[in-house]
Amino acid sequence: MKNSLFKKIVAREEFERVSIPDDRLKGSKGFLGMYAGEHAAGTEFVIGPLFVAHGVSAGDLFVGLLIGNLLAVLSWGLITAPIAVKKRFTLYYQLERIAGKGVVNWYNLVNALMFCFLAGSMIAVSATAVGIPFNLEMPTLTDWMPRTSGWVITVLLMGAIITLVAIQGYSQVSKFANIMSPWMILIFAAAGIVGLAQLGVGSFDSLIATANEVIWTGVPMPGMTKFTIWHIIFFAWFCNMAMHIGMSDLTILRFAKSWKYGFLTFAGVYLGHFLAWLASGILYAVFLQANAASQEFAPGAIAYQTLGLAGAVCVVVAGWTTANPTIYRAGLALQGIFPKVPSWKITAIVGGITSLAACFPALVMRLLDFVALYGLLLMPMGAVIFADFYFSKKFGFQEEQALNSHTNFSMPAFLSWILTLAFCLFLNFSYGVDIFFLGLPGWFVAVAIFVVLSRIQYPLKKQLIA
Amino acid sequence: MKILTKIVSFAGLALTIVPPIMFYLGSVELDSAKVYMGVGMFMWFVSAPFWVNSKA
Repeated sequence: MKNSLFKKIVAREEFERVSIPDDRLKGSKGFLGMYAGEHAAGTEFVIGPLFVAHGVSAGDLFVGLLIGNLLAVLSWGLITAPIAVKKRFTLYYQLERIAGKGVVNWYNLVNALMFCFLAGSMIAVSATAVGIPFNLEMPTLTDWMPRTSGWVITVLLMGAIITLVAIQGYSQVSKFANIMSPWMILIFAAAGIVGLAQLGVGSFDSLIATANEVIWTGVPMPGMTKFTIWHIIFFAWFCNMAMHIGMSDLTILRFAKSWKYGFLTFAGVYLGHFLAWLASGILYAVFLQANAASQEFAPGAIAYQTLGLAGAVCVVVAGWTTANPTIYRAGLALQGIFPKVPSWKITAIVGGITSLAACFPALVMRLLDFVALYGLLLMPMGAVIFADFYFSKKFGFQEEQALNSHTNFSMPAFLSWILTLAFCLFLNFSYGVDIFFLGLPGWFVAVAIFVVLSRIQYPLKKQLIA
Repeated sequence: MKILTKIVSFAGLALTIVPPIMFYLGSVELDSAKVYMGVGMFMWFVSAPFWVNSKA
């Protein structure tokens, strides 16, 4: 999140437990800029190359990204935004009103841990650029554990610096990220142009031939599973699952003047999750051409080879500007559970966990799976909010049941979460359904469980009698 | 002053994207394009902080 709008949103004292007043609503321009910047981040340097490594074909990638990103935009516009502008509460407060503080604490804990791992992967990505002048041995595609002590030291040092900056507060990092955003988007575009030139693309025909035969060949690299168009569609749709159908972006879109602002996410997803993924994939193909059969997977080194110093710096900046607000968000989530612990201590603890996690290259190499898992773990609570909003009156159960029945723990909400994850686990283990495809059935199951259990435990009749 | 820094910033952005296009068209060598992009990065970094956040 990269601009003043987000700074206002994360300002903890501002409208945390009240609806946003009309005079504080924001226009469409701020949302457009924020989403455009938010989705051109450090993760993009990893995701595009991983698609190449997973052997997706050019046609599958192109069409899959068009469809998947469209579905993501529709999810923001049709599912998240209408609830956000109607209620105008943060995700945490909305969830507290439905599920109770007890459930929200568990949600915060899971959320914080996921944020730590995500930030950790970004520190590792930055380290692949920082390590270039020190001739650091880079991790390979199949690495899960750190290779050298030099890698561990580099990552821990970077983690310490990033944590120290995070302790100072969010404002300066946000300003810095805001400054970097336009330049980073151009670097992604430059990567695509230089990469295509290096691959000898000079016409539309050669572009199609090179895309199919050199970049996205349809053949996975050793040790990687094969990706189809379905993987691409569902990944593009659900890589931000926690934000749209998981409802995290209620916190942001509650400032929108109109529910239609949800569709402005198109600026972010088609820049970051289309242009940037294609460009970083091209960069990786250039790297593979020059380093045949190399298993090394280091976004910093890959960008440096094609774009020189600007490329390497962009990887560091992108990783850092993604890691820092993520550490900050993890701190906010944990502070919800431990409100009496000073925020600097919370941030230091979060930074420590993040830095330790960053030592393991598995977080980078399995980033696609991690991003899918992260969304999946948080999604059921978004389904609960959706069901509460649309179905409480229709199916006859109490709206915002924790608030209206004065409880701190809504069993229907909690069981919707746990049983949905158990159902997804069952699909994965018993039927081998890939993690990328679990979100869709999981969402319907979560809605159904919540409606049925709420109808049993909090029927509308009881509320009326009370 | 603000106009001057904006000019430097946009020149920096131009140096970030134009050399790659020129390299694609065969008008410049890759090593030169990398140098221009590095210069463009420097120009953006030193000038953009003076105006990018001031609008917000």
